[in-house]
Amino acid sequence: MSYSDEVIDHYENPRNVGKMNDNDMNVGTGMVGAPACGDVMRLQILVNNQGIIEDVKFKTYGCGSAIASSSLATEWMKNKSLDEALLIKNNDIVKELSLPPVKVHCSVLAEDAIKAAIEDYRTKNKKQSNG
Amino acid sequence: MKFPIYLDYAATTPVEERVAEKMMSYLTRDGIYGNAASRSHSFGWAAEAAVSEARDEVAQLIQADVREIVWTSGATESDNLAIKGVAAFYKNKGQHIITSKMEHKAVLDTCRQLERQGYQVTYLTPDSEGMISPSQVEEAIQKETILVSLMHVNNEIGTITDLKEIGAITRKNNILFHVDAAQSAGKIPINVDDMCIDLLSISGHKLYGPKGIGVLYVRRKPRVRLEALMHGGGHERGMRSGTLPTHQIVGLGEACRLAREEMSSEIKRLDQLRHILLERFMQLEEVYVNGSLQHYSPAILNVSFNFVEGESLLMALKELALSSGSACTSESLEPSYVLRALGRNDELAHSSLRFSLGRYTTEEDVRYAANTVCQAVEKLRELSPLWDMYLDGVDLNAVQWTAH
Repeated sequence: MSYSDEVIDHYENPRNVGKMNDNDMNVGTGMVGAPACGDVMRLQILVNNQGIIEDVKFKTYGCGSAIASSSLATEWMKNKSLDEALLIKNNDIVKELSLPPVKVHCSVLAEDAIKAAIEDYRTKNKKQSNG
Repeated sequence: MKFPIYLDYAATTPVEERVAEKMMSYLTRDGIYGNAASRSHSFGWAAEAAVSEARDEVAQLIQADVREIVWTSGATESDNLAIKGVAAFYKNKGQHIITSKMEHKAVLDTCRQLERQGYQVTYLTPDSEGMISPSQVEEAIQKETILVSLMHVNNEIGTITDLKEIGAITRKNNILFHVDAAQSAGKIPINVDDMCIDLLSISGHKLYGPKGIGVLYVRRKPRVRLEALMHGGGHERGMRSGTLPTHQIVGLGEACRLAREEMSSEIKRLDQLRHILLERFMQLEEVYVNGSLQHYSPAILNVSFNFVEGESLLMALKELALSSGSACTSESLEPSYVLRALGRNDELAHSSLRFSLGRYTTEEDVRYAANTVCQAVEKLRELSPLWDMYLDGVDLNAVQWTAH
């Protein structure tokens, strides 16, 4: 399997690697995939009072394309509102990283991780406002 | 050190220089280019002499008689000829074959094809170390059984099958015993008589000979009969027609001679190198050897590095040429069927690397490789959410994953 320069760059220098405190109300966590399938992504967002994603962290178990897809997603989400971040689509990731057809599922997983993190943040904060 | 370091000798080996040199003198006008089947002139006689010298080398390697050596295009053809040839010839005697789930695809796909033609096949499940026990074979035998086909050394995990015990069982039950020896011929001792082997497949390119040539050993006493797959000039006593490729045959013969001479020292040397790799890997946490700790080929080491995915690991190992049991490195996106047959969970199958060592592997090579792999594993674990969870004491089996 040969990789695009973009995938290699993200793999060798992954952006925003790390872990946030899951219990922080301003943090949303999305964990998608399964070890048995060969990829698991954990993507976390820190949302400020204006509803802007101030910081993003990820860790990924998976192939080079999965690591690159999640690394790229963290870059794109930063400084966006939640609704703007939800506009990031897996096809954009495929294009940016020149992923071959067999690796499209990595980009789908990254999109799922974005949605899951935002969903988690929203659920958490809805519960709180409800009381 | 020469980069990248080749650690994929189980996939193929380079042709040994002395072998290539010898092959060159059987091709051109100033060499021996005759057809070994030409009985009417010296060109043919010279080629025939070279072929029979090579036959003798192969026979010596496995303690067989020269008349039991059939040239083929490789182990895949040998496996096909052995299994389909026996199945067709003995179909009135019975239509049941015993093999295992961790055989090479050349055996498994051939058996599947026979199943489509109405034969029954039992696929034995290896134990967690990748071993098939003689008693398993014995219990699977039916009245209809005509053939047992098992590999000597497994190509992915390096386990060595107990051929002697199994051969005694098949012989006692009057069932033919075929062995795929692609990974063992020229690497570890084989004695077709002691092991009661009736048919044995050898591949040229796994033992520093050329690609495109192989051997099927076919026992004469008691006589084993085959229906040919290839019809034509009746070469190889009718079992495999086609003009003999003299240069390939001479190359394989020479490769067998060198392998026989160097085998005992090479076994010790490779075992030490394998040990160096293993010792270094065991300094890491959560490392699992796939295969047997007692019955292994010194040339193969298969290890799973938990919480790290194999393809991403290979990406970090650009200086090393090796292979992984990860789904992502296979066309089918399925993790290794061999590791699955052992009952390894998919996570560990995804995390596996196969190191296969050979004649040109040096101690410097394996030390460098071991350190590089360990560094890469540590780097990727830093990136792995599963490693985080493991460190936090989370039971990964208890987590509800969103399978996709």
